[in-house]
Amino acid sequence: MSAASAAAEPQSNAADVVRRVVRNNGWSLGLVVFIVLILGFTKLILPSYGVTGIQGAAISILPLALAAVAQAIVVIAGGIDLSIGSIMAFTSVVAAALMKGQSEEMAVLIVIAVLLLGLLVGAINGILVVLTRVPDIVVTLAMLFVWAGAALLVLRTPGGASADWLHKLVLGELFNEWIPKAAVVMLLVVAIIWIPVRRSRVGLSIYAIGSNQLAAFRSGVSVARTKVFAYMLTGLFSALAGLSLTASTGIGAPVPGPYTLLSVAAVVLGGVSLAGGRGGVLGPILAVIILRLLRDDMTFLRWDPNYATVAEGAILVGVVMIGTLVQNRRSRA
Amino acid sequence: MTASTTTASTWLSAGTWRRLFRDKPLIPLSGLLVLLVVLFELGPSSVNVNWMAVTVRAAIPLAILGACQTLTMLTGGIDLSVAAIASMTGFLTATLVGDLGLPTALAISLGAAALAGLISGIGIGVFRVHPLIMTLGMSLIVLGLANVWQVQRRQTGAGVPPELREVGIRMFADILPYSLIIFVPLAAIILFSLRRTGYGRLLYAVGDNPVAARLSGVKAWQVLIVLYVISALLAGIAGFLYAGLNNTASVSLVDSALLPSVAAAVIGGTSILGGRGGYAGTIVGALILQVTISLLASLGYPEAVRQILFGSVIVLVAAAYTRVTEES
Repeated sequence: MSAASAAAEPQSNAADVVRRVVRNNGWSLGLVVFIVLILGFTKLILPSYGVTGIQGAAISILPLALAAVAQAIVVIAGGIDLSIGSIMAFTSVVAAALMKGQSEEMAVLIVIAVLLLGLLVGAINGILVVLTRVPDIVVTLAMLFVWAGAALLVLRTPGGASADWLHKLVLGELFNEWIPKAAVVMLLVVAIIWIPVRRSRVGLSIYAIGSNQLAAFRSGVSVARTKVFAYMLTGLFSALAGLSLTASTGIGAPVPGPYTLLSVAAVVLGGVSLAGGRGGVLGPILAVIILRLLRDDMTFLRWDPNYATVAEGAILVGVVMIGTLVQNRRSRA
Repeated sequence: MTASTTTASTWLSAGTWRRLFRDKPLIPLSGLLVLLVVLFELGPSSVNVNWMAVTVRAAIPLAILGACQTLTMLTGGIDLSVAAIASMTGFLTATLVGDLGLPTALAISLGAAALAGLISGIGIGVFRVHPLIMTLGMSLIVLGLANVWQVQRRQTGAGVPPELREVGIRMFADILPYSLIIFVPLAAIILFSLRRTGYGRLLYAVGDNPVAARLSGVKAWQVLIVLYVISALLAGIAGFLYAGLNNTASVSLVDSALLPSVAAAVIGGTSILGGRGGYAGTIVGALILQVTISLLASLGYPEAVRQILFGSVIVLVAAAYTRVTEES
């Protein structure tokens, strides 16, 4: 619709476009500014900070960033998925167990199979939510146990292996030493999967059911089907996050990491409303970067790294508090 | 409500059952509990008094954490900080008891828990932060600070005071766990307060219809601040029991009980959307979970299968509950 109005008003100049982009992505732009500030600060306290630091950060950010995207999609659709960490563990061990001793070509098939598995797992979550009519948080809480158990069923202890090309896919740099491959993979994955969905009819439906389920239903959106689809996308991105774990560590671990709760934190920090229907996937990714850089900075300052956990909690609460205050002020005005 | 007049004669009708499940969740839940125990009897090991006592003993701290979830869920909230707070109080007590003596150590631990609850309550009540986010943030803060404390003291929580061990593990005549001394009064107070006191009804009012509550002059923020302090204190007490029961204290001891505590409340018929439920159901819910865990363990299944079945039980019970109690 905005494209049509832009075409109708040829005099709308570049300044208007910039203004619109800023208005629509204010939160993300704020996060970008914050990232630049943190990077500047990091350079200040550790003049030698550079390529190695960014490379290290990128590879450790990848799994959580993908988990944050997974959480963002289901939260936008008005749900929440507490089983993301378990799905990651499950898909990671399946990938690692299958790839052990297999050829590099076979690994391609395995990666595809694992992604399909992610879709299937997400579909099961979504169908259960729709069929049982139990609140999302309860169903996915229970499925957390199921998928964690499934992971243990595949591998009792950390093990397996990662294909060489998968390992090389996320490790190191591309073209320029300042561009980590992990960041490129992240961008590509989001661009290939999420952007087409976002621009399609079903993407609009996802926002619609998250914003107002009844209104969406009355406008002819199939709420159940859209919800299952959103959960499938979440499963797919969780599987990607699980694959990235296998790729970066070279093994699969059947124990879920702290990803579920951190992904919720990143989603909220990234400007996605827990009430649904608002936000995007860029904000959560930026939030993950910020959380990681802050943790790095504390290490460089030789603070007890546990303060980073405290800081994460305080930032999470503080940002949401300020956000709520601003929103209340605006709605009152 | 109108259904009661039309279907009063046919007591086997769906409406009757629906009302039974909705208004008296204890009856069907107790039935389920008995069924599980019977299943257990049919399994390889047999039910005896000692097994029951051990199961009850393990269910007690879970039931106390379930109280935190029940109370907060009644107002439409949830408390994800209970595990971090419970671990923290157990750990703090174990590290302080050597220098300060048990009463002071317990008091300081509970004070720290109350402070965490107070901050959560202010965030949720005054600043209107979503309870999920507020308590999640609080659990990160508590966990981080507990870790900092651990590093500074260079001490692990091996020194669980013998008194806590007694309360957590010992049983009268091998059948009555000592922890009942703590649990029975606590449960009685919670059950009584929810049914008979103004504050208990305020919790239902705030959760059922916040707008109506506000228009009737309820100051929701005061209710919520008190609620989250109570929840944190309950979590703190549960933390003492966990430390005693496991005879160890660590900053992540209770982590694995967080999601089961939510499950206990949900299975017990408390709605996560607020305004409906009660504590009696949660107690039975905690027992059901504990018996399920014990049953699965006795069947000799590996950990993996146990977790899968555990999750499936939660989904099935919650789904059956929602189906049956839903207004048609």
